[in-house]
Amino acid sequence: MKGLAVIVGRDLRLALRQSADAWLAVLFFVLTAALFPFGIGPEPNLLRLIAPGVIWVVALLAVLLSLERLFLADYEDGSLEQLLLSPLPLELAILGKVAAHWLTTGLPLIAAAPLLAVLFNMDLTGLGVLLLAMLLGTPVLSLIGAVGAALTLGARRGGVLIPLLVLPLYVPALIFGVGATEAALADLSARPNLLFLGALLLVMLLVTPLAAAAALRQALE
Amino acid sequence: MHRFANPARFTRIADRVLPFAGFGAVAALGIGFYLALFVAPADYQQGETVRIMYVHVPSAWMALFIYVAMAVASAAALIWRHPLADVAAKASSPIGAGFAFLTLVTGSLWGRPMWGTWWEWDGRLTSMLILFFLYLGHMALMHAFEDQQRGYRAAAVLALVGVINVPIIKFSVDWWATLHQPASVLRLDGPTIHSSMLWPLLITALGFKLYFVTLVLLRMKSELIAARLRALDLARLKAS
Amino acid sequence: MREIADFFQMGGYAAFVWPALGLTLLVMLGLLVTTLRQLRARQRRLADLEAQGASRRPRREEAPPRQEEATS
Repeated sequence: MKGLAVIVGRDLRLALRQSADAWLAVLFFVLTAALFPFGIGPEPNLLRLIAPGVIWVVALLAVLLSLERLFLADYEDGSLEQLLLSPLPLELAILGKVAAHWLTTGLPLIAAAPLLAVLFNMDLTGLGVLLLAMLLGTPVLSLIGAVGAALTLGARRGGVLIPLLVLPLYVPALIFGVGATEAALADLSARPNLLFLGALLLVMLLVTPLAAAAALRQALE
Repeated sequence: MHRFANPARFTRIADRVLPFAGFGAVAALGIGFYLALFVAPADYQQGETVRIMYVHVPSAWMALFIYVAMAVASAAALIWRHPLADVAAKASSPIGAGFAFLTLVTGSLWGRPMWGTWWEWDGRLTSMLILFFLYLGHMALMHAFEDQQRGYRAAAVLALVGVINVPIIKFSVDWWATLHQPASVLRLDGPTIHSSMLWPLLITALGFKLYFVTLVLLRMKSELIAARLRALDLARLKAS
Repeated sequence: MREIADFFQMGGYAAFVWPALGLTLLVMLGLLVTTLRQLRARQRRLADLEAQGASRRPRREEAPPRQEEATS
């Protein structure tokens, strides 16, 4: 547990030193979403209708932006090999790194979401469910993303490959995330969607560290 | 398990199986298509368009089957480090991608007269689209590394992650499709299938499967020779 | 004659049925042909390399200085 805290702490310190990256992701999130009214027109009802979908898709892309860096610096400076040799199981170390990634991208996105909710005319209950769904859904994005980032280490065109590998796997998180928010906006129960999202998070918490660890081991062989 | 790992032995066995699989594929496809076109009745609801089913449904079955087969091969490759399993996975994914593509296009051609649109976000077709993307990702990752061994390993991990996700994706897409669609839309699996339609379908499906066996054996042979060529090139590079 | 024409018309759905069947055959044949061509090409290269290797190895033993000359 202590080793885990050390990894999270170290990654967070590194991320804070380069806090521009987290800001860029948030900026991308807000800016891209703000483009939609220009593309579709400022009709408030229409915006409210598309808000959940737009916010989720843009959040997904914003997470995607930061994935390549997840292991790359550690891979290049050799600290990944030390991680492999350390007594801490690699799977746990990966969970630590994913947690740090989520704290520096997923959490800022959630913090920025209310701003978009205002821009898109979303009401308060909708916003509450959106935040809850993002709280459950963005860790899934980081977890799956970690597998993609680990698989493409040392690959040609790794940065372009990650979206191709990761986006199809993001579909369930997107569906349940948008579903919960849409249900809330339509005065329906968001519970089933949120439950599925939670279940997805649990499954991914089990599966992705194993897969990412296998990927990292073969990358460092 | 490793008894068949020897490439020369594999090639010998493959050469013995190939004629049977090849002729079987041609025969089954010939009979299947004949039955599908001339013997099977037109559907009372969908008319002659139902004949598209005889290529659409077997393609969809194959696309799913090949992904699972690829995942099994990938698991064998990761657990037992069986070299032929890697080769089998690499040989399979383009074929699977081909069948997924065919499922999408024939589904679109079937959907146009049935739904009135080329593309309907129907649960089955949408899942197949995502499966097609999964295949493309697998192929891209396989070829993304200078060192083919790394390509094999990375793609194997991806195939396993993918196969765990396929049921989740399928479930989520079905959930999403039922929320967003009127229930009256005709589904592309044919209405309750009568035996006069079932037999042509099964025989064509058998033909598709034998075709896959033939093709995958040929591709594995080819890949083994390519590995040999890579080794020879490397040896020559070192010698010079 | 009439029956043949009817058959090809597919109850008015010819524009959908025939492309679907044709494309399926095209893709399946295409995959087979590319695989076979690749296999043949690789087999040929391997045969060439092996013939070369077989002829070169003894030569290298006979005349090592020439090999050095060529690489330097």
